[in-house]
Formats: sequence, structure tokens, C-alpha cells
Amino acid sequence: MRSFPASKWVVPALLLVALAIPLLTDNSYYLNMLIMIFIWTIAVSGMNMIAGYAGQLSLAHAGFFGMGAYTLGLLMAKAQMSFLVSLVMAVALTGIVGAVVGMISLRLKGHYFAIFSLCMGVIISLVIEKWESLTEGVRGLLGIPIPKIGSFEFSTVTSQYYLILFFLVLAMFVNRQIVQSLVGRTFISIRNSEELAEALGINVMQSKILAFVHSTVLAGLAGALYAGYLRFLGPEVASIEHAFEMLLYLLVGGISTLWGPLVGTALVMAMMQLLQSWQDYRMIIFGPILVLIVMFLPHGIMGALARLKMKRQSVLPETIDNENRVIEKGTTDRRLAGGEIDA
Amino acid sequence: MELFFQQIVNGLVLGSIYSLVALGITLIYGIMQLPNFAHGHLYMLGAYVTFFMITHYGLSYWPAILFSVAALVVIGMLLERLVFRPLHHAPHINSMIASIGVMLFIEATARKMWGSDYRRLDSPYDGVIDLFGLTITEQRIIVILSAIALMIGLNLFLKRTVIGSTIEAMAQNREGAFLVGINANKVSLMTFAIASGLAAAAASLAAPINLVYPSMGAMVNLKAFVIIVLGGMGSIPGAVLGGYILGLAESISGTYINSEYKDLAAFALLVFILTVRPTGLFAKEAR
Repeated sequence: MRSFPASKWVVPALLLVALAIPLLTDNSYYLNMLIMIFIWTIAVSGMNMIAGYAGQLSLAHAGFFGMGAYTLGLLMAKAQMSFLVSLVMAVALTGIVGAVVGMISLRLKGHYFAIFSLCMGVIISLVIEKWESLTEGVRGLLGIPIPKIGSFEFSTVTSQYYLILFFLVLAMFVNRQIVQSLVGRTFISIRNSEELAEALGINVMQSKILAFVHSTVLAGLAGALYAGYLRFLGPEVASIEHAFEMLLYLLVGGISTLWGPLVGTALVMAMMQLLQSWQDYRMIIFGPILVLIVMFLPHGIMGALARLKMKRQSVLPETIDNENRVIEKGTTDRRLAGGEIDA
Repeated sequence: MELFFQQIVNGLVLGSIYSLVALGITLIYGIMQLPNFAHGHLYMLGAYVTFFMITHYGLSYWPAILFSVAALVVIGMLLERLVFRPLHHAPHINSMIASIGVMLFIEATARKMWGSDYRRLDSPYDGVIDLFGLTITEQRIIVILSAIALMIGLNLFLKRTVIGSTIEAMAQNREGAFLVGINANKVSLMTFAIASGLAAAAASLAAPINLVYPSMGAMVNLKAFVIIVLGGMGSIPGAVLGGYILGLAESISGTYINSEYKDLAAFALLVFILTVRPTGLFAKEAR
């Protein structure tokens, strides 16, 4: 999965372009869209860690996004705390809650985990919506002050753009380091077969919790940045539809690829913007796209590109095939292992 | 005390609906190991078909339900053939995601075609029956009795007919079922048909009590998943029992604790039970 970017110049070039965009245009429409893409990419890259690399499909991430957003919003608006402290607290809180939820839920396997995480997401969003004395419920949380670091105010779109870009780059860098380290390989081995990983002496539970906490931290960070940028929150940020949208971004871009979250989020969000006048038809189009992707392009755009390139170079065609076979075999085995049903 | 018994009846009504939906999900899971997230939306479609059959085409209540069940059986079979059968050999996460895609599509389509308005279906049975000092609307009694009839019917079909027992055989042991010559594709097609039909029946029965709107299936779907996790995924008695437990828990906690948090009860129950017993209440063996 490491084959993109092909040359070592791609990343610095992309970064340079990203840094230069606000200098070239001050059209706040485009900057706003890029900011939203960055924020959701951070959250989706978290989902990618647990669902893509560790193989545990979590649908609670919209909930954690909302939790991060509301923590920052409430601390800044109601407790008058500074932006940085609130940000750290928001990230810490989602991490701690993530650890507790992970300890309970990661004992469950496969579908049980997916369903449990879905319910966790619903619980978080219901709590945000119903706990009106704290969160203002459906009226929405207003009056989040402008984020400030020291004496510098992030009041312009451009300054927010650089702030959020910084965190995006940081998140992607950390993800890259994790994926290329032994820890990342541990995650992948768990995805391929938990039994095998356990037999190799990997502490499966600990690794899964680590992946889950990392992913909730990223979701919480994205949520906190979202709250600091929009400075207005409604309970629908935590709604389960966002979890499904994140899944769509992830699958389009390519699950368990480093660049998939960015590519998928950018592409789908841009398309959704273009189809704005077709608002009502959005999911009529994207629902079937989701189905077609899992049928014909299960590794998304980045996965397909990587495979294509590896084939063209045909350096080691057997390795790709072997890899495929191992992954497929792993999943088949898992199904057989968990395939006992009582009717 | 009268309030308590009233809530028991309400709980039974809710539980009947939940059980019927959960039965469909558990049947599909038993055969295909697929948690069908789109199932609640088939339920929603069923309610709409019944609604339009009655209001636009002037059918009376029972023929409208029959038509709706038939329509959903066809839709369920189409889904199985077009979406889930091709994915059967893919990793399981794929078919689960595909079902989410189907779900998004159905809900958006319903919203586009029929708007987001809440619609009310008038029950032809709006009389009230006095039963041991309790006043119950006839529609509620019909829901409870029809649900029981459907469950008994399903049970007889699965246990007493050859076609029905192929479903059970495949749920119990896939490879064994193949060895005795059971056609997997036929069985999964049939399972989808039955499950979708049950969802349509449940929705049509509930429509006069609840309102009909595009996202009506989402919550029912989530709760049905809570039920089958509680009951053990793939377990038929678990789905029925879990449905009634959840229905009763919801109506009683809604009255005595706080109706604002009524929807939370189900999920809190799930979190609690899975914390204590990670395999669900009725699962036969530990995973």
C-alpha cells in the first residue's frame, strides 16, 4: 500500500500547493470547502485505522466526532476556557471514552462489534440531543468564541485554513508512521486473522484497543476543529448519517490505504457540492455507488491505483497475488470460525 | 395498577412489531451471515405500499396488506439477486457495507418520491374493546393476534414443510446442507422473500398506530438489531423473546422513568447485557 506516492516529490508538491492555495485565492467558498474536506479527512482517517487496518468496522465515529465537537464547544462557550486547553481536553475525553468503549466492545467480534458500535454512536447522539440543560439540545449550541492561541485570533478563513491544514498533516504523518511501524503490521495481522495473530504472540485485545483509541482521538480532534471553525453546533453533527457518509468517503478513496481518506473525502465532497442543486438525489446516487464499489472496486480508488501500478511494473506479480490470497483466506477462515449459528 | 397493565398491552403491541422485524433480520443472518441494515427500510416501504393502496387505489385494509407483502417479497428477492448474491463470496464487511448503500438509496428514494411528511393511516378498526377493565383499541388487539399468527405460521413452515426445513438445515450447518443437495441460492432467495414479507406485514399492521414517514424504518431497524444481538444472532426464539422484552422494557421505562429517554432504554439495555455476556442472552456457544 506504500507504492503511492510514486516519487518522493509528490508529497512535498501536494503540501506546497495546499500551503499556496490561500495566497492564490481568497474566495472563501473554496477555502471553506477545503477546510471541510480537511476536517472530515481527519475523522475518516481515524475510521480507516480501526476499520481498514485493524479490520473492525466501527460505526460509532460520528458519535465521537460529535463528542469532540461538543466538548470543545461547551468548554469554550460555557466554561470560558482557552482554545488550546479545550482542544486538548476534547481530544483527551474522546480518547478516554474510546478506551472504555473499546474495552467493552472489542471483546465482540465481527458483526457483533459493528452493531454494538452503531448503538454506541446512537447513544452518544441521543445524549447530545436530549441533555438540553448541558448541550442546548435541538436549539443548538451558539456563542463559541473565536479560537485564540496566545494573542493570535483565528478569525479569518485563511488562518483557520492553516490551523486545520496543520492538524491534517500531523494526523496523516502520525498515521503513516503507525502503519509503517510494527504496530501497524500488528493491526493488519489482526485484520487478516485474529487466531493467527494470537498464535504469533500478539496481544490482540491490546492492539485492537490501541487502534480504536487512536481512531476515536482522530474523530474527536476533527470534531473539535469543526466546532472551533463553525462556532455553532447542532446535535445532527453526531447523527448516524455522518457515520455512513464517512464510510462512503473511506470506501471511495480506498479502505486501508494511507491516502484513501483524503482522496475519497475530497472527491465525494466535491461531487456533493457540484450536485448541490440535486440535494434530494444525493443518496439516490451515492447509495448505489457504495454498492458498486464494494462489488467491483473493494479497495477504492487508491487501492485500485496501487494494484494497477504494481501489475504494470510487474516487479513481483506473485506477491500481489499471494497477498490477495492471504487476505481472502484470512477472511474466509474467520467466517468459518464464527459461522456457527443456532436457529 | 391499571396504568401498569395498559403499559403491558402497549409493550406487547410494540414487541409484536419488533419481533416480526427482528425475525426477518435473524433469518437472513442465519442463512447468509449478513446483518441486513436495509431491513428497516423495507419495513418503511411496506408501510407506504399499504398506505397508498388504501388511500389512492381504494383497497380495503386486508387486501392492501396482502398486496404490500407481495410487493415487498418481490423487492426482497430482487435485492438478494442483484446485490447480496454477487457479494456472497466477498469478505463479510463488504456485504454489510452494501446493505448500508441499499439503505441510503431506499430512504432517499422514498423521501424524493413521497416527501418527508408524516402521514396518518386511518384504521378501519377504531373501536374500543373493554377487556378486564382495560380499554384497548381493536387495532392493537389485531396487531398482537396477527403477529402471533404469523409467528406460529412461520414456525410451522420451518418445522413441518420440506422447503421450510431447508432453511433451517442451512442455518444449522451450511456444508451439511450442501451435502444433502440443498440449493443455497434458492434458499437465500426464499429467506429474503420471507423476511421482507414479514417486514411488510409488521409495518402494515403498525401503520394505523404509528405514523408513516421516510425515516420510520431507521429506529425500528436499530432496535431490531439490538434484539437479535440480545437474542443471539441467527436465533429465531431469541428474536421473538427479545422483541417482546424490548417492547415491554420500552413502554414501561417510558411511563415510569422518562419518556424523553425512552429510545435510550433499548441501547442502554444492549450495552449492559453485552458487557456482562458478550455472546448475547441466548447464544448457544461462546465465540
